[in-house]
Amino acid sequence: MIYRETGQFRTSYAADQAIFPIRQDRIGIAVILLIAFVVIPATASQYWLETIMLPFLIYGLAAVGLNLLTGYAGQLSLGTGGFMATGAFAAYKLATAFPELHIVVVLLLAGLITAGVGILFGLPSLRIKGFYLAVATLAAQFFLLWLYNRVPWFTNYSASGVISAPPRAIFGEVYVTGFEAKPLAKYFFVLSAVALLALLAKNMVRLKIGRAWMAIRDMDIAAEIIGIRPLTTKLSAFAISSFYCGIAGALWAFAYTGSVEALAFDINVSFRVLFMIIIGGLGSILGSFLGAGFIVLLPIFLNNALLSLGLAEAVALASHIEFMIMGALIIFFLIVEPHGLNRLWQIGKEKLRRWPFPY
Amino acid sequence: MNEVLATSPGTQTAVARKRDIGEVLLQVDNISLRFGGVQALAQVSFDIRKGEIRAIIGPNGAGKSSMLNVINGFYQPQEGSLIWKGRRLRKMRPHFAAKEGIARTFQNIALFKGMSTLDNIMTGRILKMRASFLEQAFYLGRARREELENRAFVERIIDFLEIQHIRHVPVGKLPYGLQKRVELARALAMEPELLLLDEPMAGMNLEEKEDMVRFILDVNEEYGTTIALIEHDMSVVMDISDRVVVLDYGRVLADGTPDEVRNDPAVIEAYLGVQHD
Repeated sequence: MIYRETGQFRTSYAADQAIFPIRQDRIGIAVILLIAFVVIPATASQYWLETIMLPFLIYGLAAVGLNLLTGYAGQLSLGTGGFMATGAFAAYKLATAFPELHIVVVLLLAGLITAGVGILFGLPSLRIKGFYLAVATLAAQFFLLWLYNRVPWFTNYSASGVISAPPRAIFGEVYVTGFEAKPLAKYFFVLSAVALLALLAKNMVRLKIGRAWMAIRDMDIAAEIIGIRPLTTKLSAFAISSFYCGIAGALWAFAYTGSVEALAFDINVSFRVLFMIIIGGLGSILGSFLGAGFIVLLPIFLNNALLSLGLAEAVALASHIEFMIMGALIIFFLIVEPHGLNRLWQIGKEKLRRWPFPY
Repeated sequence: MNEVLATSPGTQTAVARKRDIGEVLLQVDNISLRFGGVQALAQVSFDIRKGEIRAIIGPNGAGKSSMLNVINGFYQPQEGSLIWKGRRLRKMRPHFAAKEGIARTFQNIALFKGMSTLDNIMTGRILKMRASFLEQAFYLGRARREELENRAFVERIIDFLEIQHIRHVPVGKLPYGLQKRVELARALAMEPELLLLDEPMAGMNLEEKEDMVRFILDVNEEYGTTIALIEHDMSVVMDISDRVVVLDYGRVLADGTPDEVRNDPAVIEAYLGVQHD
């Protein structure tokens, strides 16, 4: 199937303003969803589902969240880990305080609470920009982790500071959290949440609110002249971004690891998610997942490849080589295309569109 | 020279348009603006009438751009006030100005570089959209309806300014003249009552200038939009504007029709610098 628009006539604005106006894109999305929902569950092993797909999807969701804020609204943030921790601890407090609450409601409420926290830490963004804002969000990262680490109320006075997700079923006996949860159920649960939220994000960024974010990002003075309010626009970006990060954090604690301590969401997580959107492509939903794939999946493939090359005895050496190759690849990709993997994909599409007459 | 003026289309439309010029839309009343020790504007007063093309001219640093920034609320003057449609405003804010229909283009193009032409112009429709973010997230109800209605509106502007071919091109890739046109399109998408143009023809070649002049006259005639423009090209200013106000060192030097201004000795001395006979 060649990626070409020729012969596809969009005769109404509805067709031209659709979420995926080009037929090959629609087919592509359908294929990806088919693989994610049918092929992977049917073929993947338990190890694959639990230790590879779950972190990839959850990191992808967090990357979407950060990309809304940094890639679309242009507000650099290093607080992602803190917001994910907020989501995790909010979900834990809600789930233990109100055992009858449905897990979906718990997640949504945890997201909303994180959105509120995000708004609070987004307030400085009206006055400070760029790297200085990054430093201000760094304060959120350290303060929030300190809070969940030091105030025992958040961990229900657990001595170790670790929270364990209580078992919850999505419906009937199908548990998605806790010890009884099957990998397949967890996978479907996380995948559905991530796919739905990614779709909603895609809609938001191409409509009014996304245009307002990008306007503030590209030229805040002109945006203000048009009637976009900088404060509400920036805060809405912080709120929705934090909502996504909060749900990602809650899923991390509830569906992926099952039990987690505050330090699992330290500054490294914030940096990892930031690297994902830089490598994947700022201002792109697809790029968020490409970046998450690059950062989460590539080390695993490298590791397996090295081990199969006969380095099984030297595990330490293998992991060192893995780090080196990762670093080199990151530099390579940033030199080849500073706008990220998504840009490479776009260029590829553009080439395909003109092939075989590239003039 | 006079023959050329009489037959140029700009002059003819100027004559025809004079009948539509109505009451005062905006009165700039005794505005003074200082930045620290620098007096950018000193007791500036003039008015802009409905339907006219009003030029603001003056040498570099005369305070022309500052004047526009005061009008759309970007700078807060220390003294004086604006009277918008008969209402005296103590403070003008950018958001209020946008809601009241004051649109603006910039001297250095201020487009949203990462967005396509279409998205840039659609951004100008933002105040006309009411859908909540939830409706947008699900692309349902009002969000969908508004998107399509405003797309149709924007397409009319795209046709009007003849930029159909660059609809989906990121504006960062466009040549300078087209970027200026997209910026005008974005301002027009706001359905402005008063359009402020800050050097719309700066850095353009003759052909691009002629196009831009034609668009400005068309906007004024077809939509009845009041236009206030800053421009350095005197032939353009004298050709298309109904009235001209001349600023120098933050003060009003002269105010009147192009002919009056052209023959004002103070203007000739301070600004044009050549002796007319």
